[in-house]
Amino acid sequence: MSKILTRRRFITGVSAAALSAATAGTGAYLARRYGLVPPDSGGLFGIETSMTYAAHRLLLYGQPLAREFGREQISKNFPAINTILPEDDAYRSDIPSGFRKWRLAVDGLVMRPSEFSLEDLQRFPSHTQITQHVCEQGWSAIAEWTGVRLSSVLNAVGLQPQAKYIFFTCIDGWWDSIDMADAWHSQTLLTYGMNGRDLPIPHGAPVRLRVERQIGYKNLKYLSTITVTDTAADWGKGQGSEGAENGYSWYAGI
Amino acid sequence: MADSAPNRRHTLLVRITHWIHTAGFLALVVSGAAILLAHPRLYWGESGGYPSPALVELPLPLNLDQSGWGRSLHFLAAWVCVFNGTLYVLSGIASRHFKNNLLPAKRPLLNHDLTAYNALQRLTYLTVIFFLFPLMIFTGLAMSPAVTSVLPILVDFFGGYQSSRTVHFFAAGLLILFLVVHVVMVYRAGFRIRMRAMITGRGAANAEAL
Repeated sequence: MSKILTRRRFITGVSAAALSAATAGTGAYLARRYGLVPPDSGGLFGIETSMTYAAHRLLLYGQPLAREFGREQISKNFPAINTILPEDDAYRSDIPSGFRKWRLAVDGLVMRPSEFSLEDLQRFPSHTQITQHVCEQGWSAIAEWTGVRLSSVLNAVGLQPQAKYIFFTCIDGWWDSIDMADAWHSQTLLTYGMNGRDLPIPHGAPVRLRVERQIGYKNLKYLSTITVTDTAADWGKGQGSEGAENGYSWYAGI
Repeated sequence: MADSAPNRRHTLLVRITHWIHTAGFLALVVSGAAILLAHPRLYWGESGGYPSPALVELPLPLNLDQSGWGRSLHFLAAWVCVFNGTLYVLSGIASRHFKNNLLPAKRPLLNHDLTAYNALQRLTYLTVIFFLFPLMIFTGLAMSPAVTSVLPILVDFFGGYQSSRTVHFFAAGLLILFLVVHVVMVYRAGFRIRMRAMITGRGAANAEAL
């Protein structure tokens, strides 16, 4: 083994390392510049979820639709997990009336903070889609969902230009958030109907969020509040979701 | 010196990518098992779950609490393996490593010549590199509702989301089988000398020790 080859190898190695570092540095800079960094980007696993989130946001730049299915593919059994009946007293006493007292508050960085009853939401143009719910556990089920596009509600209240996240809180205490790409997406619904009937209680009545390009746990049940923010820092540990604090990444396009 | 061509078994790049892949693959297996325990049932077609009948009920304990870190580690390791594997394949093409050392040549199916791979080894490595690992990547991506919104053909090709998951599982099984056979072969061929060949790049020079 000659010295020249050793030197050449050394130079090649150093160049490769420098190129990798420069690529990673440039990538990180561009990701921050274009808002491609998720709120839970810290730590070793933050590297993974940041890369996945940035890659998906670039790949999904044209806002493609999640796959839709035929009526005949609707699942006969659609499992309901986690909360299947909230313990909240006001919620339970509202069940017999068909949730007439329930209100969806929309606040934060909006022009007109508002409250919507179930009837208010049903007066918006309704949208129906047959999609697959993919649970992070591994099971999946297809259902027909009916509701109002989140974008319709956001347009009705008017967003302030610095809006970056849409936070959701739920009657069972759960909370999570999505970015504006998913918020404006035409399949992102506030659903009040499932398989042609009122949304059943185990599936999140009166209103459940559908974010079809992410897996199950982003599809929050029992919605109570929508808050528009320009930062995730003020919620919990600042990681964007309660799930992220328990090890389930904020972005779940997978 | 020992570095003259016939004695050099593995290039530096092959050795580095080999061990990065080893770490990445082991992390994928462990985290994949952690994810699987949340629902150790496999289906065919688009959808499936309790209480529908399963294609395969795996005799594994149900554990719902390991899939958070499981998924994070799985995708971290998947990114590492995809980058590492791409580097390996591109350099293998550029350096003619695949052409010279792995493409089938006129060699006996089995031989004990340690300076070149026999036909069975070549076929196995080619299957692992160019069929099983790409299959793992494609069936993995087929399980992403985001990726399949852009490329629905990924999941349609495998016959649905649950089919993709099932193929992902069995392809992983074949890769684990490959790993076991690979390690057994290395052991039988002389564990220390084979390990040294893959760590330092030298080995066949000491063939008399085998």
